[in-house]
Amino acid sequence: MSVTGKIWALHLGVLVMLAVAQAVLPAYHANNLARIMVLAVFAMGYNIAFGYTGLLSLGHALFFGFGMYGMGLAVWQVEWTFFPAVVLGLLAGGASAAAVGMLALRTAGVSFMIVTLMFAQAGYLTVLYFNQYTGGDQGFAVEAFARQVFGYDLAQDTPRAVAAFVLFAVALVLNLVLVRSRFGRVMAAMRENEERSRMLGYDVFHVKLRVMVISGLYAGAAGAAFGVLFGYVGANFATVQYSILPMLYVLMGGAGVVLGPLLGAVVMFYLIDIASGLTSAHLLVVGVALVVLVLFAPRGLLGMVRERWLPWLP
Amino acid sequence: MLWLEGVSAGYGGVTVLRDLSFAARAGEVICVMGRNGVGKTTLMKCIMGLVPATAGVVALDGEAMQALPAHEVPRRGIAYVPQGRRLFGPLTVAENLAVGLMARNKGEAVRERVLDLFPRLRERLTQVSSTLSGGEQQMLAIARALCLEPKVLLLDEPTEGLQPSMIAMIRDVVVGLRATGVATVLVEQRVSAVLGMADRVAFMDQGRVAEVLDCAGLQADAPQFRRYVGV
Repeated sequence: MSVTGKIWALHLGVLVMLAVAQAVLPAYHANNLARIMVLAVFAMGYNIAFGYTGLLSLGHALFFGFGMYGMGLAVWQVEWTFFPAVVLGLLAGGASAAAVGMLALRTAGVSFMIVTLMFAQAGYLTVLYFNQYTGGDQGFAVEAFARQVFGYDLAQDTPRAVAAFVLFAVALVLNLVLVRSRFGRVMAAMRENEERSRMLGYDVFHVKLRVMVISGLYAGAAGAAFGVLFGYVGANFATVQYSILPMLYVLMGGAGVVLGPLLGAVVMFYLIDIASGLTSAHLLVVGVALVVLVLFAPRGLLGMVRERWLPWLP
Repeated sequence: MLWLEGVSAGYGGVTVLRDLSFAARAGEVICVMGRNGVGKTTLMKCIMGLVPATAGVVALDGEAMQALPAHEVPRRGIAYVPQGRRLFGPLTVAENLAVGLMARNKGEAVRERVLDLFPRLRERLTQVSSTLSGGEQQMLAIARALCLEPKVLLLDEPTEGLQPSMIAMIRDVVVGLRATGVATVLVEQRVSAVLGMADRVAFMDQGRVAEVLDCAGLQADAPQFRRYVGV
């Protein structure tokens, strides 16, 4: 089988496995899986920026929050229905990433990280400050009429699981197409050597800005989906924790590997879920897991797999 | 033609190039020589816009380049292979070439022409570039630059650290570029390599081009080599 054939077979196989898992798992785990798939879409966006292009951002909570609030406020304030509200959330994520990118991409490295963090914190504080419009730290529930799609109620487990799966499948296929495209190779070139890319005639700023917007669209889609599928929009989703989470998923699963965010999200989600049932110091367990990861698989789980066994893994 | 007139450039408050003038004609190979720290690499970076010229003119075919952003310089037709090659390590040979081809929307025909110059790379298209030998990496760096179909090719110490057979291959490619009309400007320290490749030698001293000589008739023990390079 050709490398392209292997790649598509693997990724479609993973999608089939997820669909089967959704069907056979008990309700609790199926619900968790829906949540994981939406968060994995968020992390996929982060992976496009960080794993493939080398943009270490701490501001992705802002794009996720813009997606969530873009959708939520459209429902709450102007009573938009599902599709226009979710599309608005998606675009809000992309637009916020473009705005942040225009300024933050004038810096690089640690400065870029700090500037993006600053923007995300400003976004979080803005949500709190305008609490009469945003619901402040209490947030608000997404109204039932906006959770109806083709006659199905997304508050029910099965439609929600299907919607999460569809979102994940579309995001995964687009991600795969992107990283295997000509632009995907330019992204990798940019990550490896920015100056050399410039010397080949690439406008580094504009390439990175496009990457930020794509990453923001993923985060916006995930934010909007999270709000509408789980019925709640709140300021805690715009905190710095939601900038760090996708980074941890990507680092755990494998930066620069398409399936890395999914695996990272599964491992981290259940690590936190199980550890929090055992001890209130569950973040300590997460910390130990990360130390072990750095020691034995510094490129992440799938990064290690690619290094040792599957060099064709995209 | 690449033409520099009265160019000054440097880093912060330190001026490295002082009132430098220099020209490279289409189809010629010109070698820049000089002692360490004299400004050879700075000259390359200044032509590419990586070190901005504080005075003077850098022009290609009559168009001033010094005010252009750095990424526009290769688009105008100047390609640069820096010291140390700087490949995209995790990408394969084919992907490295593709990144070069895409930069100026070049197609399969250009790729084939470049691979004809480097048959060794054709055998290693699917190999990850960081696993190539030093000489093969240098070939790939030059091949990737040639994917831009440049009018001027800048090579900074292309034979550094390579075994003689690889040096010979690179020399053959550089010499072969003459026929395509590409002007090649190379920084080189090995006198034997220079005499085998270059049409002219530009000797640099104290940030200026002090003397330009035709290679024809120049011997390895010429006084200019002793004066400017110390050999």
